[in-house]
Amino acid sequence: MVTEPTTNGNTTGKGQSAPDKMVRFDKVVKRFGDLVVLRELDFEVAPAEHVTLIGPSGSGKTTILRLLMTLEKINDGYIWVDGEPLWHMDQGGKLVPANEKYLRRMRPKMGMVFQQFNLFPNMKVLRNVTEAPIYSLGMSKDEAVQRGREILELVGLSDKVDSYPSQLSGGQQQRVAIARALAMNPKILLLDEVTSALDPELVAEVLNVLRDIAHTTEITILCVTHEMQFAKDISHRVMMFDHGQIVEYGPPEKIFSDPEHDRTKSFLRAVLEAR
Amino acid sequence: MSGFLSQFGEALPFFAQGVVITLELTILGAALSVVISFIFGLMALSQSVGVRFVSRVFVEFFRGTSLLVQMFWLFFALPLAGIQLVPVATGVIALGLNYGAYGSEVVRGGINAIPRAQWEATIALNMGRVQRMRRVILPQAVVGMIPPFGNWLIQLLKGTALVSLIGLADLTFETQAFRDATGNTVVAFTGALIIYFILAQIFAVLMSLLERRSKASIGQPMERRALGGLGWRLGGSEAA
Repeated sequence: MVTEPTTNGNTTGKGQSAPDKMVRFDKVVKRFGDLVVLRELDFEVAPAEHVTLIGPSGSGKTTILRLLMTLEKINDGYIWVDGEPLWHMDQGGKLVPANEKYLRRMRPKMGMVFQQFNLFPNMKVLRNVTEAPIYSLGMSKDEAVQRGREILELVGLSDKVDSYPSQLSGGQQQRVAIARALAMNPKILLLDEVTSALDPELVAEVLNVLRDIAHTTEITILCVTHEMQFAKDISHRVMMFDHGQIVEYGPPEKIFSDPEHDRTKSFLRAVLEAR
Repeated sequence: MSGFLSQFGEALPFFAQGVVITLELTILGAALSVVISFIFGLMALSQSVGVRFVSRVFVEFFRGTSLLVQMFWLFFALPLAGIQLVPVATGVIALGLNYGAYGSEVVRGGINAIPRAQWEATIALNMGRVQRMRRVILPQAVVGMIPPFGNWLIQLLKGTALVSLIGLADLTFETQAFRDATGNTVVAFTGALIIYFILAQIFAVLMSLLERRSKASIGQPMERRALGGLGWRLGGSEAA
């Protein structure tokens, strides 16, 4: 089992940041009651790198994204984002658990797109996209609206700005959710099974938008998906998880066509058969 | 029948005076109890154990004791402590506290009914607590609160009849006055029942109009179905 995968071989000591890394997990432990979901997990993601997490359900992939988005609390270890600890703050040279004020300073580095879109049903499309930039980033209304319109154009929804989410198809809703996350200008985009809730014919429009973003921006992407072709298209690296640890990782060509581990082989076989 | 109608006609001036006070108490009592409902309903969701406890005690006390006794307490006992309220204020405060205790449970339930995913989306967008509640959670939660609040408004309307016991000249009080003046018991109480019923129907229709509007505000299609109460259809503009 690979326990310390690093992209370029350099390792950093415990409790230190890695300035050239966008994300670094350092012996991260996450438990739900007695169930250990992540056991001393270590990995790093470079700036602008696109990493896809694959593995059976319950292997801890989604938990990794939720820890990064601060939706779940860490039990042990450290997570570093953009050179700073995420769940800890420096207090007199010691790292202590972060308070809400510190978390609010760190959160804008991340944007997340959810499996079920989670749009705000009481707001029209444009307001879904401009709400947080105005009230949480303090952007002027005019600027937020202009940016919102640009981003909605990018995801192909210029004509839907005045619709309510309930008036859109699933694929359109998910594209609004992508626009909403991007409007916050995050450094890291977290994609949590973003096509799993969609009808098959709507998957392509969402993946095309994401491909576009992956290929034209400098954003760092962590992606949990069962769309193996999409993973191949956008990822620099694929990490195979099982039982809260990394089984193996490597470039998508290697992982998908010539995996080392039996666990990866059987998982990929099962996923491909299900298609 | 024509006898009843002419006697009913005699009673109308009494009823009209009473209805004004009944409506005044219903509207002011509802306004106060909505405010109390939101204050204590939100307190019930606080992260602080102390704040939740205060809310709990308030709700259990005002829900668990008689409205009539609360009203008597405010009207007869409080003056002995040197605080004298005018009767209308006594009625409004008693109704506000009592129905506010019930309403705070409606508020708490309405907010709890909003899916966790909505809260998570607001965290992912780095919203603060006030912004999250005001702009995302409450606008959605209020939609679900309207039907129970409609029920509660009609309860409150009927509850106002108790104020006649502290001498306020509401519909019930005027009904008694008419009966005392004319001895016509049947007309007095039949007329009062009809008028309470009509008032309740009006509130039911208003609440279901409000429900429609609030549903539209979260993008749920306007339902072209009959309004509340007996199922009134306004304007005859039923969709084909």
